[in-house]
This record gives sequence, C-alpha cells and structure tokens, in this order.
Amino acid sequence: MRSEISLLIVFLLIFFADTFGGKKTLKGLSITACVLFALHTIWNIIPVETTSAFGGMYQTSPMASMVKTVLNIGTFIVLLQSVSWSENPDVKVRRGEFYELLLITLFGMYLMVSAGHFLLFFIGLETASLPMAALIAITKKDSESYEAGAKYLFTAVFSSALFLLGLSFLYGVSGSLYFGDIAVAISANRTPLLIATIVFVLAGMGFKLSLVPFHLWTADVYEGAPTQVTSYLSVISKGAAAFALLLVLYKVFFLDPAIWQGILWALIVLTITIGNLFAIRQKNLKRFLAFSSISQAGYIMLGIISGSAQGMTALVYYVLVYIFSNLAAFGVISSIERNSGKLSMDDYNGLYKTNPKLSVIMMLAMFSLAGIPPFAGFFSKFFIFASAIHSGFYILVLIALLNTIISLYYYLLVVKAMFINTENECVIPAFRSDNASRVSLVVCVAGIVLLGIASCVYGYFADLSMLGI
Amino acid sequence: MEIPMIAYLVVSTIMFFAGVYGFVTRKNMLAMLISLELMLNAADINFVVFNRYLFPEALEGFFFTLFAIGIAAAETALAIAIIINIFRHIRNVDVHNLDKMKY
Repeated sequence: MRSEISLLIVFLLIFFADTFGGKKTLKGLSITACVLFALHTIWNIIPVETTSAFGGMYQTSPMASMVKTVLNIGTFIVLLQSVSWSENPDVKVRRGEFYELLLITLFGMYLMVSAGHFLLFFIGLETASLPMAALIAITKKDSESYEAGAKYLFTAVFSSALFLLGLSFLYGVSGSLYFGDIAVAISANRTPLLIATIVFVLAGMGFKLSLVPFHLWTADVYEGAPTQVTSYLSVISKGAAAFALLLVLYKVFFLDPAIWQGILWALIVLTITIGNLFAIRQKNLKRFLAFSSISQAGYIMLGIISGSAQGMTALVYYVLVYIFSNLAAFGVISSIERNSGKLSMDDYNGLYKTNPKLSVIMMLAMFSLAGIPPFAGFFSKFFIFASAIHSGFYILVLIALLNTIISLYYYLLVVKAMFINTENECVIPAFRSDNASRVSLVVCVAGIVLLGIASCVYGYFADLSMLGI
Repeated sequence: MEIPMIAYLVVSTIMFFAGVYGFVTRKNMLAMLISLELMLNAADINFVVFNRYLFPEALEGFFFTLFAIGIAAAETALAIAIIINIFRHIRNVDVHNLDKMKY
C-alpha cells in the first residue's frame, strides 16, 4: 500500500495548495508538483514484498510495484514537460485541476496493476479512464480539445460496457470475482460462455490499449488533446493497461492459453501492420505518433502472448524503454509547438540548421522507437521477440520483424525532414526551451542511451518476475 | 410462479444490443449517452440475476452492481459536462459537427 498512500498524500497536498493557497503558492504550484512527485518516486523505488489487503482484493508483488515505479518515472517526465505549458493563460486558471486529474488517473492505474478482485480492477480501470476524458478536454475553448474529449469518453464507456458484460458472464460461470477463485472454478467447469467472456474482456481492454480493430479513437484523440496529455495517454496509460491485461490473462485465464493466444495472435498482426501502414501517410506529427503508438502496442502484446515470466520481464522492460523514447519525441514536439506553433512534418524541414540539439534528440528518439542497435529500443524489441520465439510463435515474430522494416521507413522520414530536406521558406527559428523541459529531455536521452547498455536493468526485472505476480 | 433465469437473461441481452445499436446509429450525443446507459445497466442486470439464481449464499454480484451504478453516474456527469461545453460552442449536440479531425 506504500505507493498508493504516498501518491494520495501528494494528491492531497496539491489539492489543498490549489484550493486554499494564496497567489504566491499558486505561482510555484507546477514546480511544487514536480518536486513532490520526485520525492514520491524516490520513496517507492525499492519494490515491496508480496502482500495483500482488504481480504485479498488488493494484491501486490515486487513486479507490480516495479511497474508502478516505471509509471512514476514516466509521469515525472510528463510533469516536467508540462511546467511551462501550464503557464499558458488558457490553462493557468485550472492548472491545479490538471495536476489533480493527472495524479488521480495514476492512482487508478495503481489499483488496476495490483488488483486481486475484479471489483477493484474495474474501479481502477474507470478511475484511470474517466478523469482522462476531463484531462483531454481541459482546454475548454479549443474546439479540437472538446471534440477529442467527447470521442474519448464515448469510446471509453463503450469499451467498459463490453468489459462489464464479459465480467458478468465470468461471474455467472464461476460464482466469484476473486482472481484466484475464478481460476479454480473455471478449471472444473469449462463452458462456451468462458470463450465469450475472454472475447469481451479482450475487446474491452483492447480499446484502452488501442489495438486494431478497436483503435479508431486513437488518432483523433491524440491529435486533439493538449500535447502533454497526449504524451501521458500514449505511454503511461498504455503501459498500465498492458500490464493489467497481462495480470488478468496470467492470473485468471492461465489454464486456457490456447483461446486467448489465438485471439491475440490475430490482434497483434492486425495492430502492427495497420498501425504501420497508416503511420506512413500522416503529416501531422501528433497523428503520426498516434499510429506509431498503435503499432508499438502490438509489439507490447508480443510479451503477453508468450504467457511466461520471460514475456512479463520483456513487457515491463519494453514499456520502460518506450516511455523514454516516446516522451523524448513528445518533449521535442511540445517545445516546438509552444515556441512556434508548428506541428506538421513539412515544418520540420531544415530544423537541424536552427535547432541542432532538439533535432539530435528527436533523431535519437526515432532511432530508439524504430529499434536501431546501439539504443535501448533495439534491446527492448530483441527481448520481446526472444520471449515470443521462446514460446514458439515463429511466424508471428517473422511478421513483426518485417513490420519493423516498414516502421523504419516512416521514422526515418522525420529524420530526413530535419537533416536532409532544406527547402523551406519559413524554417522554425532558433529558440531556447525552458529549463524544466530541458531537464526532462536530458533524462529521456540518458534513458535511451544507457538503458540498452546497462544490462543490469533487464536482469533486475527478470529476478523480480521470478517471484511471481 | 417462478420466472426462469433465462427470461431475465434474454431481457438483458436485448437491452445490451439495443444499446449497441443505438450507440452506432444515433446522431444526437444525448441519445448516444442513453444507449451507453442501456448497455451498462444490461450488464448490471446480469450480475444481479446470476447472484440471485445461481449463487444466493453470497452478495458479491449485488455489491458489484452498486459500484457499477455509482461509476455509471460519474461517467454520465462527465459526459453531460463535456456535452454542455460543446453546446456552448456550436449550439447543438449533433455528432456530425464533431468532424474537425478525420484521418
């Protein structure tokens, strides 16, 4: 419970500072939030032992607590990147709400990651997705923002209704909602209703993870939401949902892996391929990263399909690397958007001449997302392919490998625009980003460069995953 | 006369898929919201029926339903807030007007 309690304390401190604080307190609110959150991250960096509370409803393990730390690191980077954005006049009046909603969605993800009962899991899922709709629509006057908010909310509720129907069938089959009891009950009594349950649960979680064919909301919401919220949505919420799906499949449906592995097989092929093909034709960088994140979600699913502890290790490692690479890309995009208002790929032509540092960071992020060897992205892809190969999914890994080549093409399009294309009348002028974003970008680059070389991280995750979930 | 369990399940299934149909075909956002409520409530009925007929010794299904109703209420409040915000800007609640962003 340690991480939940300390997150709640951070939340309450920010809430009271926002509600009762004077002008002076409000001025330093963003920095205070960053510092408090950094303290919370450091306080929880050592994983807790396997414990349970509330009669087994809440169960945590060293691996789940490591996932929380990974999410914390990502959220901290997002908070750093949003310091100067929260000074915008449109956002300034409700930046307190921004931090509160952000932290409460993170709290929901914590519950999801360490649930031992479907009630807590469902509450966590909703706590993670409903405030997110409010976050997406936080710039009220911006027409794209409220459009994205409405789209997100309707699809999120639709998917939770599917999930809920699946849960009700599961309850009918097993008579309990505890993960452990369900697994025991369905091992004795296998009915076709169980397959319907698995389909509904996978569909409901597939919406959250934006797997094809449940991905249609993704590009619109990513484009319309404020860039900071988009980056949060694309890494943190996706990582948490991936681990939560893994938890449900490993703990509840582990006796019938053939059913869900078959469904996931098709979902992965569709997700990776369609995400890649649509990413090629995008001009807006936020939409581009939306489709890229759809195909990355397909790669993350490769860790789940293997159904082994190795797959779990590879998944958490992949999410960690993905957080650093994607947040580096979003950090560059958001600081360019703030300083020049440009978001299209053609505007990036000749960026290297004016802003060499930002271009190099963007290049590193793209290389890492594509999986080019010295960077962390290569190693995370390697481990996740290795885990799927280990469980015998040869054709699936071959398709995923072929798709990596397609993805290399469109990631390099961005690099080409920055370094090679020069014909551009209005090049983005040179500017100096604010200190907080600079710190966040340095952290991201350090993660991209060092995580691949420091093999101890993967080894540490592997040790933790041996202790079970 | 005892009503068989299957009767309730038929009702809840019809409710759920009426909700899906309404969600896909309706143009008004409030009507879509009502369809979503139908879907959520159909799942709640399932929980209650399974609890009452199959597992009457524990109350897990009833509890789950209570929480699900609470969450559905929160979701409705949020959806209404967003819809009101949209209405303030474009003076109607038709989904066809939310087409600024398309592939």
